[in-house]
Amino acid sequence: MPRVVVDVVLKPEISDPQGQAVLQALGRLGHDGVRGVRQGKHFVLDVEGTPDAAELRQIAETLLANPVIEDVELHLPEG
Amino acid sequence: MRIGVITFPGSLDDVDATRAVRLAGAEPVALWHAEHDLKGVDAVVLPGGFSYGDYLRAGAIAARAPLVQDVVDRARQGMPVLGICNGFQVLCESGLLPGALTRNAHLHFRNRDQALRIERADTAWTTSYAAGQRIVVPVKNGEGRYVAADADLDRLEGEGRVAVRYVEGNPNGSSRDIAGVTSADGRVVGLMPHPEHAVEDLTGPSTDGLGFFTSVLEAVVGA
Repeated sequence: MPRVVVDVVLKPEISDPQGQAVLQALGRLGHDGVRGVRQGKHFVLDVEGTPDAAELRQIAETLLANPVIEDVELHLPEG
Repeated sequence: MRIGVITFPGSLDDVDATRAVRLAGAEPVALWHAEHDLKGVDAVVLPGGFSYGDYLRAGAIAARAPLVQDVVDRARQGMPVLGICNGFQVLCESGLLPGALTRNAHLHFRNRDQALRIERADTAWTTSYAAGQRIVVPVKNGEGRYVAADADLDRLEGEGRVAVRYVEGNPNGSSRDIAGVTSADGRVVGLMPHPEHAVEDLTGPSTDGLGFFTSVLEAVVGA
């Protein structure tokens, strides 16, 4: 069954305190080279038949992400 | 005057909201999120809690519930709607109110008595107050930080859409100390603090919250 992946992250201008907390923990663990962390969500959708790109984009932009504060990236299967 | 209070799976404050409606002198009507039945109510309150466990985003799944779609339709025709805490999150997710509520800046759940300033005393839910009036009601949230793009915040401020603002300390890092906003027509109001927990001396820090529930009586009679 075709698999569609949707990644959702907060827009760059919206502060991400969870990402900040992860970044601070990394600093305490000595990983000084990591300069930024943004935390997001990763959805994996198993879709029957040939995925309808327009329908999936609508699902991603109207339910999986809140376009007021989040950016969304849709990954359709190759071919 | 019949005021509906919606219960979602995970609602916590529907009982207190119901009691506040009764104390204000209206008849509370229990509404169930999964039914397409507003039972002829004149106004609706969406209470606090954690609808659907806050899965996906706080309020996101509840905003797609059958009854909320009916509420959106009626609100666009002028029915007064009040969203408190999780109810505010639902109204933002439904598109009835602008902006979004996300994780508190300090990542802590914050539970305390909170001073607020009523910025708009002419919405359906705030006419019992005076503009600029200071009130104290409980606030309790983990995802109560009001956010929107800077340009949108400027527009909301310019249009006078900020209904209530935090004073004497911002509990969650909300942009511009915004505690609650209103729709352009002033009929829909959402706020993170809990006026329904401040309606009796015995159980609240004040009775300052009762004004939200008495205001709507005038709004519906006057409509």
